[in-house]
Amino acid sequence: MATYTININGEDQSFTCDENMPLLWVLREVLQKTGTKYGCGIGQCGACTVHLDGNAVRSCVTPIDSVGEAEVTTIEGIGNAELHPVQQAWEELQVPQCGYCQSGQIMSAVHLLEQNPNPSDGEILDAMSGNICRCGTYDRIKKAIRLATQLSEDNNQLP
Amino acid sequence: MTLITNRRNFIKNTVMVSSGLAVGFTLGNVTKLFSVEADSVSHELSPFIHIDTESNITLVNPNPDMGQGSIQASAAMIAEELEVGLEEVRIIPSDGQAKYDPQISGGSGAVRRSWEPLRKAGAAVRQMLLNAASRSWEIPLAECYAENAHVYNRIDDRKFKYGDLVTLASTLEVPENPTLKSKSEFKLIGKSHKRGDVIERITGKSTYSIDMQVPRMIHASILHSPTLLGKVVSINATEALKVEGVIDVMKCERSMLYTKFDAVAVIADSSWAAMQGKKALQVEWGGEGDHVSTQDYSESLYTAAGNPGALYSETGTFDQHFSKSRIKAEGLYESNFLSHAPIEPMNGIVEVKDNGTIEVWAGVQGPGQIKDQMAEYMEVPPENVKVNVKLMGGSFGRKSYHDFLLEAGMLSKKLQKPVKVTWTREEDVSQGPYRAGSLSKLQGTVENGKITGLHHHAIGESIYGQINGSPKVGEVDEGIGREIGFENSKYVLDHTKISYTRVVADIPIMWWRSVYAGSFAFGQECFIDELAHLGGIDPLKARLDILKDERYRLVLNTLAEKANYHEALPGGTARGIAIWKSFESISAACVFIVSEGQGVRVKKVISVLDCGLFVNEDMVRAQMEGSIVMGLSAATKEEITYENGVCMQQNFHQYNLMRINEVPEMETHIIANQDTPGGVGEPALPPIAPALNNAIFNLTGVRLRKLPMDLTNIKLT
Repeated sequence: MATYTININGEDQSFTCDENMPLLWVLREVLQKTGTKYGCGIGQCGACTVHLDGNAVRSCVTPIDSVGEAEVTTIEGIGNAELHPVQQAWEELQVPQCGYCQSGQIMSAVHLLEQNPNPSDGEILDAMSGNICRCGTYDRIKKAIRLATQLSEDNNQLP
Repeated sequence: MTLITNRRNFIKNTVMVSSGLAVGFTLGNVTKLFSVEADSVSHELSPFIHIDTESNITLVNPNPDMGQGSIQASAAMIAEELEVGLEEVRIIPSDGQAKYDPQISGGSGAVRRSWEPLRKAGAAVRQMLLNAASRSWEIPLAECYAENAHVYNRIDDRKFKYGDLVTLASTLEVPENPTLKSKSEFKLIGKSHKRGDVIERITGKSTYSIDMQVPRMIHASILHSPTLLGKVVSINATEALKVEGVIDVMKCERSMLYTKFDAVAVIADSSWAAMQGKKALQVEWGGEGDHVSTQDYSESLYTAAGNPGALYSETGTFDQHFSKSRIKAEGLYESNFLSHAPIEPMNGIVEVKDNGTIEVWAGVQGPGQIKDQMAEYMEVPPENVKVNVKLMGGSFGRKSYHDFLLEAGMLSKKLQKPVKVTWTREEDVSQGPYRAGSLSKLQGTVENGKITGLHHHAIGESIYGQINGSPKVGEVDEGIGREIGFENSKYVLDHTKISYTRVVADIPIMWWRSVYAGSFAFGQECFIDELAHLGGIDPLKARLDILKDERYRLVLNTLAEKANYHEALPGGTARGIAIWKSFESISAACVFIVSEGQGVRVKKVISVLDCGLFVNEDMVRAQMEGSIVMGLSAATKEEITYENGVCMQQNFHQYNLMRINEVPEMETHIIANQDTPGGVGEPALPPIAPALNNAIFNLTGVRLRKLPMDLTNIKLT
């Protein structure tokens, strides 16, 4: 057992847990932030995607001991005061069906657009291919990411 | 920018208010409406509609939502008849009380089975409110009308909010047969509406079953036999008990609908600790299941194909006709075992309480069924079991099997605490239940440029056969017979025959999205193309020539038009079509492929659906899109195999699901008509695999006969 202080969604959180515990289970079971989902436990499905210093990582294979000073952003940390453009696009195009994978999809999409505000179709597919959606909402995800790029541009052009 | 305000409380388990008007209804073949004492109203008495004195409208919803948005469809059907906005109907899930009827989600039935009961219940409430207004104003009923959650009066400007009328209305008789709105009067049904629960699902705020906690809860991770049937020989818990957080290790069992499997549970203070304990656990298993092999099962299917099978139906004299026909063909098509693999794995909480009652918190398709199964398994009366239905992170049929909840029940009884069981993905993929592998043997004849005879012999394990022992080996599975029969396909031929052979599988099976339609449409619709080519007939024309039913013809003709079927395609590309009816809806698909390397790539899928009247157009499209993806994923990537009793796939690195970079362009078209609603969650899936295989033949001349089809390497023969 070890004690950690980790910055999550802009707030420092102190807690004690096993050093080997993956960030996913710290979020879900220690800190009760359940928006981040368990899907496979081996980094294959992307349901657990969060940001670590702005990089999209699979929290199910990220030991808490490796997080250190990095800032963690989860689905609960975006779109709080107002929906993020990615979430707006998701809502506009009614992307989710069961919605279980969508936290991870959205975190991957937000990361993509932060790195590359105007991705090509191929870049969208590359960035999103680590996230499985069993309901098969992929076509809407593709369209929503394109819509989100427009919404972001519109926002940037506001005075 | 959108502010997250006015978030609709679509699914929230709160105590019902205790006054107002409540009307209950049944979901059986004949809808019965009855008054419910508002004071005693709780969501144990579902399904019913309740309106309180503040005009809050609540539907206790009988149909659990697997993610297809059906709860909103239920709200729309009520709102339509009640003359209120969609957002004004609050929905809470029923708790599985089988008081008025069994409640289950499945068979694409959320709309088609509730279409009449929900509208009738809404219309009854509207009529009671109108009657109450007419009495209050002392004016004829005809002078009152309902609109926007008010009753208005045609004589002067007066109006009542619904809440103002509920006290009087609750003393009035519930009409037995309220007048339903005519289809032309619909304001909500048939239009696209946004789902009220999307914001919660995209902000991480939805509480899925796996997110549930209850006080005093402890966690269990369960190790199942790697060979399914293997019995526990010995347990060495030493290393498991050293894991921080692990509390106990105990033998338990996985109760299936037809048998019981041995299992060992690791109990811990968190899911993660329990999973780590499970990894450290050492169990010696017996060799009881070592023989289980999908290869052997598959070989038994082909052996069975050499026998005639049990007859389901016959017209004309198929065997005689086939033996003397000059232009004829025979074909075999094999479908494989598939995992449902919802991204939320199996989980749930069960608490066996001191007073003998049991409470369940879980995402399940059949709250009524789990109630009965839990009661039987735990030997308590069904009324002692309360089921709290939670959001499902996908299901596709899997969460209609409640093995994981019975595990939690047994453990809770032993531990005298609420127990949360969470399966790992490895348990989900390697333990089943699955879609069964199966074989279609087909024989057919062509005369004078027209298909004239068809025999479909379906071979494989039967879901009811496995669960109930009926059909026995040698008997017909009536459900499979109907699914592949000519009443379903509407193909009109002189000589037809449908037969079935049950082959027992020692692997648990269950409904998988579209069930037998997905398994057997592959063979039948590929073979129709085979016969067409044999007779030198275009595959579309070959189908239209033997279809008289106007709905089927319109679906095919619409597909042909949308796909520019009669226009030539560029070199290196091809298309293939298929049609199937399932769950009372007819769907056809055209799959476009392009050659790539040693194989082909799916470029585009056009799907057409006639589901009769539908509630929410956008949700129908979403289900069609999902069915295209799941259909292609199953047809080209997914496969469960067993060798020496062990499942060879354990997680998503071995059980491959379609990803976004593999998804083709897609187009969905819905036929507008006034027919009775059919299902929408599954019917667009069955035509996908055969349409793809028919396209592959059209491009390469190779006819693939076994799923999954490896598109990267198509060997020219």
